[in-house]
Amino acid sequence: MRKKLVSLSNIIFKYEGQSRNALDDVSFDIHQGEWLAIVGHNGSGKSTLAKLLNGLQFANSGTITINDQRLTEESVWDVRRKIGMVFQNPDNQFVGTTVQDDVAFGLENAGVSQQVMVERVHGALNKVKMNAFLNQEPHHLSGGQKQRVAIAGVIALQPDIIILDEATSMLDPRGREEVLETVRELKQENEITVISITHDLEEAAKADRMIVMNQGRLYREGTPQDIFELEEELIALGLDIPFSVKLTKELQKNGVHVVDGHLTEEELVKDLCELHSMM
Amino acid sequence: MLDKMIIGRYVPANSLLHRMDPRAKLLLVFLFVCVVFLANNFVSYGLLAVFTILLISVSKIPLRYLYNGLKPIFFLIVFTFLLHILFTKEGELLFEYGWFAIYKGGLIQGLFISIRFTLLILVTSLLTLTTTPISITDGMEELLGPLKKWKMPVHELALMMSIALRFIPTLMEETEKIMKAQTARGVDFSSGPIKERVKSIVPLLVPLFVSSFKRAEELATAMESRGYRGGEGRTKYRQLNWKTSDSLLMVSLGLLTVMLVLLRS
Repeated sequence: MRKKLVSLSNIIFKYEGQSRNALDDVSFDIHQGEWLAIVGHNGSGKSTLAKLLNGLQFANSGTITINDQRLTEESVWDVRRKIGMVFQNPDNQFVGTTVQDDVAFGLENAGVSQQVMVERVHGALNKVKMNAFLNQEPHHLSGGQKQRVAIAGVIALQPDIIILDEATSMLDPRGREEVLETVRELKQENEITVISITHDLEEAAKADRMIVMNQGRLYREGTPQDIFELEEELIALGLDIPFSVKLTKELQKNGVHVVDGHLTEEELVKDLCELHSMM
Repeated sequence: MLDKMIIGRYVPANSLLHRMDPRAKLLLVFLFVCVVFLANNFVSYGLLAVFTILLISVSKIPLRYLYNGLKPIFFLIVFTFLLHILFTKEGELLFEYGWFAIYKGGLIQGLFISIRFTLLILVTSLLTLTTTPISITDGMEELLGPLKKWKMPVHELALMMSIALRFIPTLMEETEKIMKAQTARGVDFSSGPIKERVKSIVPLLVPLFVSSFKRAEELATAMESRGYRGGEGRTKYRQLNWKTSDSLLMVSLGLLTVMLVLLRS
């Protein structure tokens, strides 16, 4: 078992002026180096979870421990240096007037010296393949490019964890793939833990582990394989299942012997081709 | 739409003036504005004009940009000139027709004021034409730095400026989008009497305000999560470096001042 990096225990959180708890007794662990997808319908509490992890909100009760450090109002600034967050709207998180200024923003806040900053800004932009756009202004970039710059801004601070808070939901399919590919590469190279909060089940299918949230409670936790087995239950929660899983089920119903567990379209296509060549 | 905005004022080029430290340029303009008032005869005004022409030639800015800068205040220049001619009654009488009289003093005074105006506008437009808005902001922040001791929020003001600059194009795009959406719903922005046209701006401004507030809130959250907590302990990515050429320019301005003091009558 890998090391526990983050652990939440019995988190209860209520937004002011609302009667229902946004998060109701939520506990789970996040392990080092894993890709955890948190899915759920609107209002299931998944985005609130992200805010709590980054200390943008504090729980009414329960504790969050990150790397053996308890998240409190005193430790929040240390914690924010370890957790980088990429938000939904590409425009509204771009602070700098140019790409390099934006990547440097977090470093400036952390009081990193100028020489180190230049090095890290260039390094981070290289990693997200945006180094050709150093002096570009944000309105000349596509949504996907802006999100990659946001990721560069996060990794320039060398965090342990990246939280993607619906970071791909406003992008076109190409931008989405660009961003996810970038995060995947970074995770491989730098052993970063990724927490991805998402609507996109195709994206969640590629995660190591999934958490399904419903009405502020943790509904189910498991590998994507396990979760998508739930089928009807997921649909009842207002979630869908990936197309490949659906197709597999339908094929099985119609007597085609496809094995279970295709979470992505490519896998399924490959398997179907093999099946076809055997017939 | 974007080209017409203030940000379009900056003309990229690689001249001595472009490469100069924004602090030096800001100081230069500020001091020049003060020094202009020292001149009070033809020789001293001539000297100022020569200095300005030198600056312009060093900047490599095409003259038509400078002309564009002068255009809006052209009326003001002519107006003050005429006022002086009509109401300054000093010196020799040059021309008289009924109540209308031109005196030599008035003519000269009017000329001087017009020259002063023109020079001031030329030099200040040179600043905005050769310096990007963000460098001007950086320069301001550095120059006003000492005021922090008296609790002036210099860093905050500079950050506000730079965020405002960064969001101008974003908001312009949004305005255009909302305009199209409202046009599709039957709002007429371009014709009708003034009163109607002013009224039609309301359905444009309301959504724009709502979305700007939403943006501001999201931006604040993003900034906080990236560790922003005010100017304290913050380092700067953009470094300004004061070069020899900057000092030389300051010296030349000093010389100009000395000469003006000597030449004024």
